[in-house]
Amino acid sequence: MTLKSRHLLGLERLTRAEIEYFLDTAGSLKEISSRDIKKVPTLRGKTVINLFFEASTRTRTSFEIAAKRLSADTINFSASTSSVTKGETLIDTAKNIEAMRPDLVVIRHPASGAPELLTHWLDLPIINAGDGSHEHPTQGLLDLFTVREKKGKIDGLTLTIIGDITHSRVARSDIYGFQKMGARVRVCGPPTLIPPGIESLGVQKFTRLEPALEGADVVMALRIQLERLAAPPFPSLREYSRLFGINLERLRLLKPGSIIMHPGPINRGVEISPEVAYSSSSVILDQVENGVAVRMAVLYLLSGRSVDAQ
Amino acid sequence: MTQKKIIDAEGLERILRRIAHEISERNQGTRNLALVGIPTGGVHLAHRLSRIIKEMEGNQVETGELDTTLYRDDLPLKGPIFRLKRTDIPFDLNGRRVILIDDVLQTGRTIRAALDAITDLGRPRNIQLAVLIDRGGRELPIQADYTGKLVTPTGNEEIEVRLRESDGADEVIVREKKPDEKPKD
Repeated sequence: MTLKSRHLLGLERLTRAEIEYFLDTAGSLKEISSRDIKKVPTLRGKTVINLFFEASTRTRTSFEIAAKRLSADTINFSASTSSVTKGETLIDTAKNIEAMRPDLVVIRHPASGAPELLTHWLDLPIINAGDGSHEHPTQGLLDLFTVREKKGKIDGLTLTIIGDITHSRVARSDIYGFQKMGARVRVCGPPTLIPPGIESLGVQKFTRLEPALEGADVVMALRIQLERLAAPPFPSLREYSRLFGINLERLRLLKPGSIIMHPGPINRGVEISPEVAYSSSSVILDQVENGVAVRMAVLYLLSGRSVDAQ
Repeated sequence: MTQKKIIDAEGLERILRRIAHEISERNQGTRNLALVGIPTGGVHLAHRLSRIIKEMEGNQVETGELDTTLYRDDLPLKGPIFRLKRTDIPFDLNGRRVILIDDVLQTGRTIRAALDAITDLGRPRNIQLAVLIDRGGRELPIQADYTGKLVTPTGNEEIEVRLRESDGADEVIVREKKPDEKPKD
């Protein structure tokens, strides 16, 4: 198995076989995190730079832990404490960091396409850790991994994504990833938060929650990202919660064995109620746990040229 | 392509029985023993040895599998990335007598990697090595404690271990190398 690209920019560009390669590799690596000594020497001597131009706890910590469990050295760079505040451009910052000879770059940036831009300027593998409202491929992979682990397969399942589809990079990565893996994808939310023409991606659109939940195997509640919304696209958070929030009552509408996911951080009581977030149907913390294994797989597979063993 | 069968199904069964007896003899029984196979051939052999020991001694020996890929010594050289296999050791290694099992021993580099991998997982009382074929060509100071058969292939010969679990039949053959074949590690 060989990956076509040395970068991971989005799931849109991956084939089903490449996605499976990432998931299978993550499956092998997951065991390391349950050891007493949570470290293997595989990326000894490699340096991973985490370039974070946007706030992040989960993703940055997850990438850092993933790199460290593979014995790579990690350097965290966050925009708020860097030369960016002195007016340095993304490309200048990146070129300077490249001169210090890292081996892999992980980037999160508020502008869609920033990771791709870096691929034209740097001779290094670039991993997209979320760019604007474009993609968040490692989140997509960890969602796929979690569903495959919990449901035993992805093929033939129905995934319902609820919330702000327009601004969500998670939604886009999940739409591409789950469809490539053979699942049906529904999106549901207020009409103001669903981009016109979304059906062209092959998804079914719902503006009422109940029919969108009917028959779903996996329900993904997205965070209402107030920081990305200039003016609230709905009258109030309370109304949003009443119409689209996942609470215990709506949990009962789901068929037995369905699972609830959320990419985090959650707005308690808005898109998901705390009782649901910590219910037995919720796999939110499994997503976080699997995120480390998936990011280890991405770092491992992109750290060199892939070939089949023997 | 010419090929020569050097072990058939019966022969393999006899070798495994002999090794099972040797393991039991050297360890004064099979208590506190664990069999750890290296994928993929070694894992199948580990399960077979476990079954034979069960028949012989009546007790179930813990059996696991250990992927050595992450511990390869050629990874840091910006070299190729290999598809991972599975590590699954569902028991405590601390204080146990561990028998590592592989199908073919050549350079010893896989076993070196396996010893590092085991050290990360626990501290066995001791580690012993059982291999079906020892084909010589060591690059590290590693020897097997239990050997099925010593084979010395010539420069253009390759040894292939086929097991019924993965290849449908039990046999070990010596054959000519294919023109584009890379040496196995």
